[in-house]
Amino acid sequence: MRIACPFCGERENGEFTYLGDASPKRPTFAIDGGDSPELVEDAFYDYVYLRDNVAGVMREYWYHGGGCRSWLIAERNTVTHEFISVKAAPGAGAAKPAQAGE
Amino acid sequence: MSGYSQSESLGRTAAVESASSARSQAASASQSHRLRSGGLIDRKVPLQFTFDGQAMTGFAGDTLASALVANGVKLVARSFKYHRPRGIITAGSEEPSALVEMRTGARKEPNTRATTQELYDGLVANSQNRWPSLRRDFMSINQLAAPIFVAGFYYKTFMWPAKFWEKIYEPLIRRAAGLGKSAELPDPDHYDKAWAHCDVLVVGAGPAGLSAALAAGRAGSRVILVEEDSHVGGRLLSDGGEIDGMHAEEWVRSASEELAGLPNVRVLTRTALFGVYDGGVHAALERVNDHVPVPGPHQVRQRVWRIVAKRSVVTAGAIERPIVFPGNDRPGVMMASAVRTYVNRFAAMPGRKVALFTNNDDGWRTVEAIQQAGGDIAAVIDPRGKVPAEYQAVAELSDLRVISGGVSDVKGGVDGVRAVVVTDSNGRTQQIDADCLAVSGGWNPNVGLSCFHRGKPVWREDIAAFVPGDAPRGMRLTGAANGEFSLGACLRDGHAAGAAAAAECGAAGHPGEVSEAGDEAYAISPLWQVRAKGKAFVDFQHDVTASDVTLAQREGFESVEHLKRYTTLGMATDQGKTSNITGLAIMAAATGRTIPETGTTIYRPPYAPVAIGALAGHHRDENFHAWRLTPSHHWAAARGAVFVDTGLWKRAQWYPQPGEKDWLESVTREVLAVRNGVGFCDVSTLGKVDVRGADAGTFLDRVYINAFSALGVGKARYGLMLREDGIVMDDGTTSRLAEDHYFLTTTTAKAGPVMAHLEFCRQVLWPELDVQLSSASDQWAQFSIAGPNTRKLLQALVDPSEDLSNEGFPFMGAREVKLRGGVVARLFRISFSGEMAFEISVPARYGAAMAENLMIAGKPYGVTPYGTEALGVMRIEKGHVAGPELNGTTTADDLGLGKMMSKKKDFIGRVMAGRPALTAPDRQVVVGIKPVDAKRRLRSGAHVMPKGSIAGPETDQGYVTSVCYSPMLQQWIGLGLVERGRERIGEIVRIFDPLRSEDYEAEICNPVFYDPEGVRQRG
Repeated sequence: MRIACPFCGERENGEFTYLGDASPKRPTFAIDGGDSPELVEDAFYDYVYLRDNVAGVMREYWYHGGGCRSWLIAERNTVTHEFISVKAAPGAGAAKPAQAGE
Repeated sequence: MSGYSQSESLGRTAAVESASSARSQAASASQSHRLRSGGLIDRKVPLQFTFDGQAMTGFAGDTLASALVANGVKLVARSFKYHRPRGIITAGSEEPSALVEMRTGARKEPNTRATTQELYDGLVANSQNRWPSLRRDFMSINQLAAPIFVAGFYYKTFMWPAKFWEKIYEPLIRRAAGLGKSAELPDPDHYDKAWAHCDVLVVGAGPAGLSAALAAGRAGSRVILVEEDSHVGGRLLSDGGEIDGMHAEEWVRSASEELAGLPNVRVLTRTALFGVYDGGVHAALERVNDHVPVPGPHQVRQRVWRIVAKRSVVTAGAIERPIVFPGNDRPGVMMASAVRTYVNRFAAMPGRKVALFTNNDDGWRTVEAIQQAGGDIAAVIDPRGKVPAEYQAVAELSDLRVISGGVSDVKGGVDGVRAVVVTDSNGRTQQIDADCLAVSGGWNPNVGLSCFHRGKPVWREDIAAFVPGDAPRGMRLTGAANGEFSLGACLRDGHAAGAAAAAECGAAGHPGEVSEAGDEAYAISPLWQVRAKGKAFVDFQHDVTASDVTLAQREGFESVEHLKRYTTLGMATDQGKTSNITGLAIMAAATGRTIPETGTTIYRPPYAPVAIGALAGHHRDENFHAWRLTPSHHWAAARGAVFVDTGLWKRAQWYPQPGEKDWLESVTREVLAVRNGVGFCDVSTLGKVDVRGADAGTFLDRVYINAFSALGVGKARYGLMLREDGIVMDDGTTSRLAEDHYFLTTTTAKAGPVMAHLEFCRQVLWPELDVQLSSASDQWAQFSIAGPNTRKLLQALVDPSEDLSNEGFPFMGAREVKLRGGVVARLFRISFSGEMAFEISVPARYGAAMAENLMIAGKPYGVTPYGTEALGVMRIEKGHVAGPELNGTTTADDLGLGKMMSKKKDFIGRVMAGRPALTAPDRQVVVGIKPVDAKRRLRSGAHVMPKGSIAGPETDQGYVTSVCYSPMLQQWIGLGLVERGRERIGEIVRIFDPLRSEDYEAEICNPVFYDPEGVRQRG
């Protein structure tokens, strides 16, 4: 498998590690306890554990640890293993901080 | 590089009369079945070899199989289950039968196909699976017991009594199973792995492949052409023909020369493609030096290529399939195409009186091949009952005996075929004398590579064979591999595929003209099996018969995947190349389904056997993986340190001194030297990360459970990180060197994963933070210096202006210091040993010098280098947790560090750490454990349960995680994870260790065994 890192070009997949679905967003909550602890825990439970088992195109995180150490967001077809796109994570490779959210 | 590059002389040579040396004449004379002229062999180069100890001669250009044929050898093997005498069936890599043990000693290699092994001078081969000899094989009595060796025999025979399995059945099966015996010595040869990149990969160098490579190469794309044979040409080398008005061999030579002249084309012969992977990655095995006795100096035996290609053109040809009839495995029964290969390419006659059994036009080529070589065609048996138009003249001219019917038995013994029994279409039988039976059941396109991405082959009625269906992206299948069997079509389709692939890769050049040849007819009337009494083989390598297939059907194993596993059809080293399709056709007939309804089994790589050594390449023994050496490694090695592998690192484990009788004595001395004086240890293996930026503190607050933004500049703090699920990920000390600069350390084992995690947090979770990370693990050599005399030692090393007093450099202080000589170091007053201690970091290039200088500066205080064992002893004495406790199941509270969790901020893992199961009061937590009998040795892994309880999973309350002999307490002590442990200090528990048959009592105690108040580290 070959992955086109936006910084390094096309590289062998052994340089990368896979994390998984890139859709879940880490929940935020009020530290002072303003949010219901049950709701916060449910949101984190979703974020940490619940994943769709996609057969088809999926957005997923890959880490180029054997190269530029960038986190990448790839669109990949889980059936054919074809990469549709590979983009850098919002904070990857940036000298300046990125905007929150994408 | 070209298939013809080695020698002009590999062309067809003149008759033996013109060969110069008497030696080669003698060689030729000794080869009873060698033709007097012809063949792509070099009669000027006779080669000596032995088979089963018998000396024979062949010629350069021979395979072992062709040399055996030339020497009149028919019996070459004994079959797997029944030990039936077997011969050579094919002339290629699909060979199921002629497997031999090649070479001797450490280079001995079993199950080598005689048909692909090139002959060399001094070659030694032996037959397999026989005792005491190939001719008289004791185990052939298995044939008498044949009724019990039927399909599903393993499942039916060794069922009971169950206790017999381990002691009797399994050893018995293991002794009987397998064919050859592998070498028991380490392989002395080297193997290599290499990458190659190209636009167009062409697989197979027959007419279609050469045509494709020429078109793509002329167009200007980067081409790699791989061919498993030693020469390019494919079937052209065996079946000849006329291309562009030239003899086929002339055309091959000219194509080969043209390819050699194209700098953008690389031809790899002796290279078999065995895998097709995602994104255009292919794997191929190059047999670099299998054709010589011993690889030359600095040369490898084999090389695994990973070839990245934008497009591929697979022209892997087709495999001729056998017909199933009783006695079809007798030595001397051979595929018709193989007969032609031996006659035409190798000038070796498989028989003098050849019977031909064919259901298709292509098989008829064999008539001419035998007749031109001076042999007799005993009869042609063609169930279609008609001579194909193309061959009518030949049939009439030679008064050919043509029988409409099928072969229903083969008479003969260990020396091979004596006669063929034919049952004609009227049911009459007759016996025909012959010493060779050439068989053609038609051709199966080599669809394997097209199916490696789960593409399903498609049935084509007109050729009664499967052709490729959905091929992997970027792959074209062309020529015989695509079911196009005529020479003209192979050349045209190959050219078109090569040109199209090149164009898709952006090549703008002209692909040149298509070579032209005739389009010979290929008509076939499918015949899979002749039903008659007697053993009729489908899979020659696994001894699977037609009746095994129908038995499987009767017993309900109708699916091809079940058929395969129940009968082991196609599961041998040949992967059923000659048997799978036939087996499923017989199954289709038995179930009344069509062949496409029955379907094929799934094709998977590798296409051909690949030695594990070749896959390993140079990654063996000490080069199995890369090593990481600490900056003081060579210094430590020179002092006789014993090293331990921790991940990729080699770390000094202890430093034995003369007279010390074991590791424990050395380690105890090192611990006492530190606790009573001063010692140092290389801790450079810790992961180190520079964290910089205005938001560095905020960032660390979010990844650690405790606060770092509030840490003062010049201070260090122990930090604990959780995973997002609330379990502890890692720990380490992080120091603030400047307002916007932290220096973070991780454990040795987690350096990589923590770096990836921190980068994820920075790049994905909080890209808005102004923070940058750089890994500094390899940039700094770090030493822990510990013991009451540490400060005195350091004062001799640092610039006199540096104040190391308790006031000038308090516990948990961290700052840059200047060393005598001007090098700037980072100094941290942190302690893992519990002693007065510092850790000092210097640029890695000074690491070895630092070790030397620590020895010099510490000499007056008896400084002692210590290894990871002493480090471990001291951390257990101090109750510090490490890898065995940070084991991926423990929470901060389990480790006794729950109070560190800040409530004032969000951090990774905070919410999930609060789940009921992770905060339950009966969790196993870290405690100290010491045996009641102070002389007893405690061992890690032993289970903890209440005193007096019955040992079992219900009473299990935890286990011992870390142990050591404590020189300070003068007894074995340990840490453990024990249910409700902190409430049970002082309780006597049962320690149960069934693996080591130990059972004793121990006391649960405070995990800090030594200096619980922490006075020493603050001294």
